Amino acid sequence: MGGVAWFLLRRACWVVVTLWIVYTVSFILMRSVPGGPFDSERKLPAEIQKNIEARYKLDQPLLIQYFDHLGNIVFRGDFGPSFRLTDFTVNQVIEQGFPVSASMGIFAITFAIVLGTLSGIVSAVRRHTAWDVSFMTAATLGIAVPNFVLASLAIVVFVFQLHWFPAAGWGSLRQIILPALCLGAPYAGYIARLTRTGMLEVLGRDYIRTAYAKGLGEKRVVLRHALRGALLPVVSYLGPATAGVLTGSLVLEQVFALPGMGSHFVEAALQRDYPLALGMVMVYTCLLLFMNTVVDLSYAIIDPRVKIETQ
Amino acid sequence: MADPTPQSKPTPDTADIERYARLLEEARGIHGVSLWQDAWRRLRRNRVAMCSLYFVIAISVLAVFVPLLPLQSPLDKDLRGRKDLPPNLAPISLGSRDELRFEGNSLAKELAKFEARLAELRAGVSAADADGQLRLKQQIETLQTNEDPLRKLWNNPGPIVRWMLRLRVSLFGDWCIPSVFGTDDLGRDVLSRVCWGARVSLVVGVVATLVSLSIGVSYGAIAGYCGGWVDEIMMRFVDILYSIPFIFVVIFLLTILGAEDTKKWLDEHGINQLVIFYVVIGAFYWLTMARVVRGQVISLKNEQFVEAARVIGAGRTRIIFRHLIPNVLGIVIVYLTLTIPAVMLFESFLSFLGLGVSPPDVSWGLLVNEGTQVITPIKIYWWLVVFSGMTLALTLFSLNFLGDGLRDALDPRMKNR
Repeated sequence: MGGVAWFLLRRACWVVVTLWIVYTVSFILMRSVPGGPFDSERKLPAEIQKNIEARYKLDQPLLIQYFDHLGNIVFRGDFGPSFRLTDFTVNQVIEQGFPVSASMGIFAITFAIVLGTLSGIVSAVRRHTAWDVSFMTAATLGIAVPNFVLASLAIVVFVFQLHWFPAAGWGSLRQIILPALCLGAPYAGYIARLTRTGMLEVLGRDYIRTAYAKGLGEKRVVLRHALRGALLPVVSYLGPATAGVLTGSLVLEQVFALPGMGSHFVEAALQRDYPLALGMVMVYTCLLLFMNTVVDLSYAIIDPRVKIETQ
Repeated sequence: MADPTPQSKPTPDTADIERYARLLEEARGIHGVSLWQDAWRRLRRNRVAMCSLYFVIAISVLAVFVPLLPLQSPLDKDLRGRKDLPPNLAPISLGSRDELRFEGNSLAKELAKFEARLAELRAGVSAADADGQLRLKQQIETLQTNEDPLRKLWNNPGPIVRWMLRLRVSLFGDWCIPSVFGTDDLGRDVLSRVCWGARVSLVVGVVATLVSLSIGVSYGAIAGYCGGWVDEIMMRFVDILYSIPFIFVVIFLLTILGAEDTKKWLDEHGINQLVIFYVVIGAFYWLTMARVVRGQVISLKNEQFVEAARVIGAGRTRIIFRHLIPNVLGIVIVYLTLTIPAVMLFESFLSFLGLGVSPPDVSWGLLVNEGTQVITPIKIYWWLVVFSGMTLALTLFSLNFLGDGLRDALDPRMKNR
């Protein structure tokens, strides 16, 4: 277990360095632009301008602002006030948006994994049957159709024509299903193809023949012996998939008018609400780094051949 | 076995000569199959990949020759009578809208009139004195910017596009394809917008990919060839970039660069939104390419041909760019075809969010966005989403499949399957 601890420690150092770089680059970028969110068509009186700048601590030297802001984040987890959403702090906005985005993302990933692996296994085991062809066609479609197109079409068909789902809103399970399905669809398709390829390769191996030869049933061979090897590419794909789901949620929250982090982020970026946008970037980076670590760890657990590298 | 060299046999007997001749004949009959021929043969057997290849070629040709096609104007708004028309076959001619105040409600006639006036002014230039010349030149300029009928129907056409549009008018006159894809909520023809959007979407995809290609290939090749601590540092840097959710950083960057003041500054230096787009996207998509190329270069750099090059005195740069990079071309092409759809998808994402291509330019992402915004419970304008969405999806689909097909075709392990 020493290897794992060492790995986590090293990884933690990397995470800190990466986060610091992301933060610094974003901070420099956002402060080096002339003009800001408070520049409007109408010139504000000097005193008001000054008050606003004092309120958001924009009147201090840049270096002090940098350390002040960074210190607040590191020691108090405080991202400061939002520029545009008056009376809201960035933390409050994130607190409100995070559960929505997180539940949608978790639903989407779960759906993608379950549906993807199941259809991949069936396609591989029943190769060249109608099942295989139809699953793989569906998977291909899922990959090719961008998820915002899929979502728009799904709204037209399932919401307005068939009335199966409510058009927007958040809270009940029925409202989560459609966005989560649309968000997960491309990844389900990709996972299905990965599982099928991996499964076909594994099913041709000698140890599978041995398993059959000692009289095991097909179900047991496929699920116990073959699946483990076949799932490796899927596991390593989960890192990119998470990144993709995070991106996809930006768009789908707009389409379905969900009050998640994604819609706040786009709004913040468009309105040049820098502290909010910066806070969101940091949260997303954390999520991605966390998921990548989890994926790397589980990779080592599933495949005994992979030793966690202490490089 | 004492003297194996041919010179030692002053008179080879005729049987030997015949034998050699036969062998030579046989050898001539066998054609060596190069890697590329072999790959092409395997690709041709892959039906899906070939269909995708044809589709990609067709859509690229279409995108290049869009101005020549008898399409309606992608910009001309007609809020009276042509708003939100479903797909139909009702005939329509260019420049027929009354508000344009074209000569005889026809683009061809208006264009003829415009050219006649322009020619008249130009003829006057050579006759007039210096003062008059200046005035006439100014007149020509205002005429070209304000009265040009082509400018009213198309967004700022460049010289080549203008030439093509004029050719199109002389070929087809005012006739254009009816709105078989319907019209949008400003009365613009969807078919024409989808076709013009193809230009922007494809160009963004290709150019941004080329930017990322040149960065990724050089970076990977240098890291792989140099090895040691150079490689270590360069690849750690890639690792850090990998764990940044760059899509958010790109969005951040684009909004900052799109700010009023910055934009003005950039415009003065001849950099417009699209160029920023290419560079920003390209600068973030080279990571995978760099890793792949590095791996290939490492496995190649101890081969004999590199050794040979070094022996005859080739320098590092020459070895990397003349000997190693051509050998990783196969895998680079595969990643090229896979990066183009990724970039196009990303562009449409950004356009969808309102951060990408801005009107009056059109791209597929923008079109889908316009389509989704008018989905309401009261009335569904399905043609606004379906046609642009399907074109985008089909293009991404074929590029992905072409990339997969190429990967299989160039993979020597797949040789005998």
